[in-house]
Formats: sequence, C-alpha cells, structure tokens
Amino acid sequence: MRHLLDFEGWSRADLESVLDTARVMREVLERPVKKVPALQGFTVATVFFEPSTRTRTSFELAARRMSADVVSFAAQSSSLQKGESYKDTLLTLEAMGVDAYVIRADAAGVPHQATRWVKGVVVNGGDGQRAHPTQALLDAYTLLEALGSLEGKKIAIVGDILHSRVARSGAELFSLLGAEVWCAGPPSLLPQSLPGARLTPSLEEALEEADAVMALRLQKERMEAGLINLEDYIARYQITERRLGLAKPQAPLLHPGPMNRDVELEGTLADSPRSLVNRQVQNGVAVRMAVLYHLLVGRER
Amino acid sequence: MILIKNVNLVDAKGVRGPADVLIGEGRILSLEGGEASLVVDGSGKLLAPGFLDLHAHLREPGEEVKEDLASGLMAAVRGGYTDVVSMPNTRPPVDTPEAVRALKAKALRLGLARLHPGAALTVGQEGERLTQAGGLKEAGAVLLTDDGRTNEDAFILAAGLLQAAPLGLPVAVHAEDASLRRNGVMNDGPLAHRLGLPGNPPEAEAARIARDLEVLRYALRRSKATPRLHVQHLSTRRGVELIREARRAGLPVTAEATPHHLTLTEEALKGFDPIFKVAPPLRAEEDREALLEGLLDGTLTAIATDHAPHTQAEKERDLLRAPFGIPSLEVAFPLLYTELHLKRGFPLPRLVALFTDGPREVLGLKPLHLEEGAEASLVLLDPKEAPVEPARFASKARYSPWAGWVLAGWPVLTLVEGRVVHRVE
Repeated sequence: MRHLLDFEGWSRADLESVLDTARVMREVLERPVKKVPALQGFTVATVFFEPSTRTRTSFELAARRMSADVVSFAAQSSSLQKGESYKDTLLTLEAMGVDAYVIRADAAGVPHQATRWVKGVVVNGGDGQRAHPTQALLDAYTLLEALGSLEGKKIAIVGDILHSRVARSGAELFSLLGAEVWCAGPPSLLPQSLPGARLTPSLEEALEEADAVMALRLQKERMEAGLINLEDYIARYQITERRLGLAKPQAPLLHPGPMNRDVELEGTLADSPRSLVNRQVQNGVAVRMAVLYHLLVGRER
Repeated sequence: MILIKNVNLVDAKGVRGPADVLIGEGRILSLEGGEASLVVDGSGKLLAPGFLDLHAHLREPGEEVKEDLASGLMAAVRGGYTDVVSMPNTRPPVDTPEAVRALKAKALRLGLARLHPGAALTVGQEGERLTQAGGLKEAGAVLLTDDGRTNEDAFILAAGLLQAAPLGLPVAVHAEDASLRRNGVMNDGPLAHRLGLPGNPPEAEAARIARDLEVLRYALRRSKATPRLHVQHLSTRRGVELIREARRAGLPVTAEATPHHLTLTEEALKGFDPIFKVAPPLRAEEDREALLEGLLDGTLTAIATDHAPHTQAEKERDLLRAPFGIPSLEVAFPLLYTELHLKRGFPLPRLVALFTDGPREVLGLKPLHLEEGAEASLVLLDPKEAPVEPARFASKARYSPWAGWVLAGWPVLTLVEGRVVHRVE
C-alpha cells in the first residue's frame, strides 16, 4: 500500500509484516544507542491541523530514531476557519521536498484529500471520528505482546464508540487479526453498525470472559452537548475493579490516553499491573517507526 | 425570422415531427416552414420548450466570487433554461422590492435567461418578521422563501403562507428539522458511521415536511385564498410518501427534486470529496428510487437544480468546513436525459414536462407547448454524446460531481422569445 489512511485495502499479511517490523524496531529502542540509519535522507513532516502533543512527539521520535529529517507543522483550526487551506499548506511542504506526511485533523477524510494533492506518502495520524490506524497498530502490538495472538480472542472496547476513531480503527484491525471485537457504550453513543465489531449497550455482555479490555476517553463535548449524563455514565459504564472481574483473570486493560481518571475507568486501575497504558506509549514509537519504514522503504524493496 | 428545419418536437404533450419550425416576432409562426434569415438544420435533434429552473443560487449580490448574474444566467442558457428563479440567500438577502427590481433590471440588460427573483419570506431571512409580500410581488418576485435556512418558527411560516395566498405567491421551504439534522454533513446511517462523518438523518426531512403540511392545513383553514406550499429538493423516500399522501388528499402542495438526488447516492462520499457535500445530503439508493417513482406518478411536480456554486478553494476544505452545494445548471437536462430516459426508459414527454410545464405550474404560469402562436422560448437538443467538462463551464464553479460522465441531449441552441441566447455551431 502506498499510504496508511485506514485499513481498507490492507491484507492481514501486510499488517502482520508491519507488526513484525515493529518487533525489530522495539529491539532497536532497547539498545543503548537507539538510532538506525534506515530513513537517512528522507524527510518526514508532521502536519497537525488538530493539536496533539503525544501523537506528534511519538511520530517525530519514530522518524528521528531512523535518522529521517523531521519538519513539524502545527496549524490551529482557527487559521483553517480564516481560510488557510490544507492544500496550500501541503503544497508548500511538498515544495520543500517532504517525502512523508503524517496528517492529523479534526475532520474525517483530510488525509484522503491530501493524497489527491501531494506525491509523497500520507500517514493518517488521526482524522476526526474516522480512523487512527497507528493507534490501532500499537494497540494490536501491545495486545499481541500480552496475549501471544489475537486469534479467537474477545476484545472489549468501552465508551463513546460513535465518535471514536480509536474504536473504529481498533475494531477493523483486531477483527482482521482474528479477534472477536465487542464494543459497548451508551445507546446514544453507539453507531448503527461498525465493521468488525459487535455492538451492545450492555457493559457486562462486552466484559464477560473478555481477553482484554480497552476503555476510551470520554470527550467533554459529548456531555456539553447533553448527549449523556456524567453520573449516569460513571454508574453504568465506568471500568471498575469489580466489573473487570467479569473478564478473564489477568485480562489486560488498555487506554489510548489521555485518561480521565475516575471517569471512564477507576483511577487506581490505571496504576495496577493489569494496565498496559505505558507499554502502549512505548510501543507507539516502535510501531510508527515500522509504518514509516514500510511505506518509505519497504515498498521499494 | 429563424427556421429550424426537419426537427422532432417534444413537449409535455408528447413527441412528434419532424417539423419545420418558423420563428418570428417572439412566437412560433408555423410548424410547416417558411422564409427565414437564419436556417438551422434540426435533423436528428429534438426541439423542446425552454426550461424553467425553480431553484438556482446565483449569489448576486454579495458573493460574486462564487457566481454572478452574468455567469449564472449564461450557465442557464447553456443548460437550455430560458427562465430561472434565483434564491434570495444573497448578501444581503433579497428581502425588499428595491433589491428585486435591481436584480430584474440587471438581468434584463444581460439578455440571457429571464430572471424571476425569489424573495425572502422573512426580513434578512432571519425567520422572525415577514417581508412585504405585496411590494415584492409587484417588483417581480415569483415566490417567497427563506431557503438557505430552515423555517424553525411554524407560526411565522403559517403567517407567511396566509399573506402570500391572495397574491398567488407560493412559499418554498427547505424542509429539514434543524435540531434533528444538527451538524450532519451526509446521510445518517451505517455509511456515515463508518466514515466517521456526522449524519443528517432522513427523518429530519420527513419530520419537517410532516410539520409543514400541518402548517399548510392550518393556513388553508384560515384563508379565503389558497395558500400554496412548495417543498424544495425532496431527498427521502418518506418525504415522497408524505407529499404523495398530501396531494392525494387535495392539499395545495408541490415538490421538486434535484439532478443530484436523482443520480447520486451517499456512496459518493466514500472518496471524502466535499464536491458531494450538499443539503439535504445525497441519500440511499432506496430514496433515489422513491424520487424516480415520485417523478413518474406526479408526486413531484418539477426538477429543480438547486444550482449552488462555491469556489474551488471552499470545496477543498474538509468535509466539516466546506460549504453545502452542487452546481448543475449546465448539465441538468443532459444528465437526466441520459441517466433517466436513455438508460432507464423514463418517458421523454414526462421528463420534459418536469423541466417546463411542471415548474411553470408551481409559479402559476400557463403550460408552454410547441404550437403555432406559442412563445418562442425554445431549446434545441442534440442526441450526440459528449463528456461533462467542468473546465468549460460558464458558471464560476468549474467542478462537477459528474465530471467525465458521457451524456447526450446537450442544448445546442436556446431561444428566449425568438432571440438566440445560446448557440453551439
């Protein structure tokens, strides 16, 4: 595949190959000198039309660990409102010789639109409510570390499924890797259907015998819009020690971050040995190294 | 004098010919030929009455960067339209007799398609205070509408229908429940949920049509004259059912459908191109089928373009920020002639009626047929196929959802009262 926009068109074998490469990158990151020349001479731009320090840092570190040059462009969505165009921004970077664009935007489809304007590789760094494929890959990588394989495993994703790019990409990828994905959340925050996932308003049904559980961040906007009541959400959907008891013993707990402690999950759970949150962040760099390598170099092999 | 020789005739009454159509003094003088200074070979072509578009956003005054009267009315005649109703959601909105007169005067000077301004139902289209319907009508407005916005206040709409009724002005509504559609940018459903785009549910249209029909009943009960409601750009199966039922019950309601809702579905959004972002949104295939049925059985009275040009740059924003609208004045007829008549066997006289007598009826105009003595506002259509080339549009919006589609039935000659306003050599 030329770009990573979502997982459409990606085969299981392609994705497993990216995850294998991530394993090699993970080893690189364990070394005293955490740098390889794999992308020397390439220029990677992080183009963030929506602010996100964590994801941007992770991508930039990934590119630097492989000796790529990195340029960073952060636009405020307000400047987009003023009429600054995505196209002009990208063409400016293209003129400077950028090879790969990591694009984050608050609107679904911006990375797709970008492929119509630039010749370089486009990596979706999260587009609106649509997709966040590198998050899904790092989650899959983390789950594989914990569970060995996703084949036949029950993964529960809990929270605001309708507005979550993490849930969308996770469901797509985990199911492609053989998992049985259950998404649970308040009925008003569940989509009508979601490829790769079974949907339920029952937290218990999703957690029952689950091999792993992922809690999603609850966005303040949903509460502000009056779509849910916070107390009610906490009472019915918060992942607690007791509710986690429905899942298999030792089933790991994931969260894409940043966490609202004591909202989507009991605060103490985040620090428990079951929580893989920090592991996810570590793996994020390795997975993003693998993605950039795969798209910039791997396809030319 | 103009003579169009050996041409087949089509109007709402049927297809006949060939005939030698002699035109002079703005009228059809004869269908059996005669002496003329300009002779056009009509062999293999079709002659139809000039089209009337009930719904075009010509953007003047205030948004001439998107379109103006000159470009919009040129696009119209190239599309075979001799008459165009402009929407009043300009900057400022067309809500005074002076504004209506200014538009009419300017359009008259251009000498292209005839302009029939739609005027705002409420001052500034703000939905609060009614405009001066009598003065607007006298100045030349042909309908009242707050299109571009929705009529959230039902009582204001009722009052608007009541004041327009004795003037014979229809009130046109963009029927969407704003509180249900919210920030939706495409049809709500599994596809929107998959694409991560906020959905505008079909129920938002149905709910508002149902309400507006009750508002019409109320106005009808209160009024001596007949209030007339026109529902714009119908997009849903349920909407068609509601209009069908209302018309069967004898309510004075008419409705239109657009070329895009008749030829495209939500699937077009899969490529994340804001060119396909329009309100109401492109719907599911079952909705498209229901609209086609509605065209056939008379539930829908007219095909109207909702020609809504924006700049290329605006349409290169993202799907949340790009403005709603599809330009279609130049392609509407060939598109539907090809996609509905040629490919699906939709009867040609009915299709032509939906571009002529149907919209004329909405405005209270007499039917226009190709007969001796009839007004010579005519369009000559060529069955030769050619691709849609947006780069050559007269409209300032030089992009199109149908770019590259190969269509037949392109207008090659358009006459307004016997005067040539468009001709392809």
